Amino acid sequence: MANAKIPWWHNQRVIDIVWQIVVISVVFAVFIVLGNNLVNNFQQQNIGFGFDFLSSKAAFDISDRLINFQPRDPNSKAILVGLLNSLRVMVVGIILATLIGVTVGIGRLSGNWLLRQIATVYVEILRNTPLLLQLFFWYSAVFLNLPRVNQPLVLPGAIYLSNRGISIPWPVATTSTWLALGLICGSVILTMIVMRRRTEMIEQSGSAAPIFQIVLIGIAIATIFALVWGLDWQQPQLDPQAGSILGGLNFSPELATLLLGLSFYTAAYIAEVVRAGIQSVNQGQWEAARALGLKPSLVMQLVVFPQALRVMIPSLTGEYLNLAKNSSLAIAIGYSDIYAIANTIFNNTGRSVEMLLIVMVAYLIINLVIAVVMNWLNTRVQLPER
Amino acid sequence: MSPANSNSPNLPEPAHPPISPMSPGVWLKKNLFSTWYNSLLTFICLALLYWVTTSLIGWTFTQAKWSAVTDNLRLFLVGYYPERLIWRPWTALGIIVGWAGFSWGIVAQTGYLFTRSNLIVLTLMAAICVAIAPLIGVNSSIYLLGMLVLLILAAILGKQLGQSLAFLKTWLAAIWVLIFFVVLWLLLGGWLLFPVPLSGLSGLILTLLIAVVSIVLSFPLGVLLALGRQSKLPAIHWLATIYIELIRGLPLIGILFMAQIMLPLVLPSDVLIDQVWRAIAGYTLFTAAYLAENVRGGLQSVPKGQTEAAKALGLSSPLLMILIILPQALRAVIPTIVGQFISLFKDTSLLIIVSLVDLLGVSQSILANPKYVGRAAEIYLFIGLIYWIFCYSMSLASRKLEKQ
Repeated sequence: MANAKIPWWHNQRVIDIVWQIVVISVVFAVFIVLGNNLVNNFQQQNIGFGFDFLSSKAAFDISDRLINFQPRDPNSKAILVGLLNSLRVMVVGIILATLIGVTVGIGRLSGNWLLRQIATVYVEILRNTPLLLQLFFWYSAVFLNLPRVNQPLVLPGAIYLSNRGISIPWPVATTSTWLALGLICGSVILTMIVMRRRTEMIEQSGSAAPIFQIVLIGIAIATIFALVWGLDWQQPQLDPQAGSILGGLNFSPELATLLLGLSFYTAAYIAEVVRAGIQSVNQGQWEAARALGLKPSLVMQLVVFPQALRVMIPSLTGEYLNLAKNSSLAIAIGYSDIYAIANTIFNNTGRSVEMLLIVMVAYLIINLVIAVVMNWLNTRVQLPER
Repeated sequence: MSPANSNSPNLPEPAHPPISPMSPGVWLKKNLFSTWYNSLLTFICLALLYWVTTSLIGWTFTQAKWSAVTDNLRLFLVGYYPERLIWRPWTALGIIVGWAGFSWGIVAQTGYLFTRSNLIVLTLMAAICVAIAPLIGVNSSIYLLGMLVLLILAAILGKQLGQSLAFLKTWLAAIWVLIFFVVLWLLLGGWLLFPVPLSGLSGLILTLLIAVVSIVLSFPLGVLLALGRQSKLPAIHWLATIYIELIRGLPLIGILFMAQIMLPLVLPSDVLIDQVWRAIAGYTLFTAAYLAENVRGGLQSVPKGQTEAAKALGLSSPLLMILIILPQALRAVIPTIVGQFISLFKDTSLLIIVSLVDLLGVSQSILANPKYVGRAAEIYLFIGLIYWIFCYSMSLASRKLEKQ
């Protein structure tokens, strides 16, 4: 009875369906018109669509690369080189930015007035100027102004700075290095097992046997030995005849600019995330932890930080994603990341749509991976709710 | 019942513990030298500060050649705008400053206009206007001082008028929109004025123009997308979600590239769009996706009772959105929208990659001049300062809004 009285144009369900059909058809129509124009324009300019150009010769060189690449290699390999270069910047950048950002963020909450002011100035300067400007500044005002390669600036720890980039000591891949690496991994796993046993024991009986501490110190000493002498460290060395620095790990000025610029910029944002996270922990938690007699370092480690982490991780994810996307600014300073290489291939072959699709898919996958990893971390630190 | 335990309303408010004034010595001990590692930290910081300041001052006054900046001040600000038409940017600036002062006066109805901090800022600005006279010429300096006087007069006028004419407050935003078009007309000409092509704009003007136009255009699109994502209709929800996530997953240069290269390809071949408009399209599409996420946060913050109450009053869905939900949602996210605008303003520096001459682009073209080769640090520091002043004052303003 009631249904019969409602005319169909007043029936909410019908209205909903009509609305959706209208919106979908409008979007569809726009796509068809645009696609049609695209096809017409392609025909006028005699461009086809297809990915066959990927297997043709790249005919350009890439100076920064992780795998071997020659101009006669196919375009697809050039894209792979670019992708690896991008990933290198993202991974190292995320690690560096986190380290700097956490330091600055804790500095902003420090009891030391001077340190607090310096950290605030750092954050306000870096957050309120464009990243691209900072990259240009690092590149042309810092790295290109470093001394010539035959008179490099040598920092303690055999770090060589010159206008050819930064060289740092790095282990060479020898048997000794691999053995030491295995040893270090083993000791990390062993430490985790021992720590868990120790915590279990503390929870059960209130105190742990001193043997645990001795074992842990032993592991630490073994690891330090392995790090210093086990790994086959190779110091960079100046070769005056060739006018270059040999050995060690060399970062080109472009790569160093991108890494430092991205890390310092993102670190300013991460510092704010860390500060907000720590400040979000209730003051009562600090007081309660201190009342229980925990040492200040343990208050931070056991009570405050785990709670702050819950607030921090979603925002941190956002900053990591931003860093990953911002790494595409590499093209402005001439580092061959995936976007720069895609741009070169587009200029050589004129395949705009195909290259755009490839870049889009690459970035979406990278973003997805970061988001999935961080979400996994997020579920690990959240309170288990029943 | 003892009188001390009774909750009688005429008991005085519990007083805050007195804050004892600290002597400088105590302050130093408490804030800088409380423990041995704190003292160590202080000394490290002092050493760092000393090293940075001395090397910076030494560089600024001995090595740096500021002529690269001072010779080209005009280029930075108005770019290659025709010299005989320079009165038009000045007039536009005057209109903006005048109306900004007027709005300030109207908004500051309750408080005082000239608090101590405001007076300090105004005096500082006046001092800067006078101090840069040798660099920009006496005429420009007088114009700038005039702008400052205009600002103050307009603020006083706004305060006086705002008290008697209450309707002015509701019209503020509308007049800002009108001013936006007037300024656009002044800069670009056409209709009575000698036309200046859009591609003839460069420098700070172009940066500001693109940032403002993009945020204005992306705002309605962002709100629509946010509503779409909140919609219960699956088709609309998914379309909006896919758009937002796709755009947010891509780097901005990719989208600018798409706008520059792909837009002409997907439009009919006889339609030609100016490069600046293509860049604006790119920024708009990009910012709308981020704005949509901000607005969505605001929509979620509006309590459900508001919707139910409005429905009970018999409002239809569109009216409910426009009159009840959106005003509250948008007010809640004003700070994040300002943040979005700041990042858009910074992102305009990417225009250089699509070969438009914005503030950063002007600096690159100056550096390409053999006369100023190797003067990168000076120029980058200078335009960094310009960007910083704009962004920092916006973030200060948004923090103030947040507190209100």
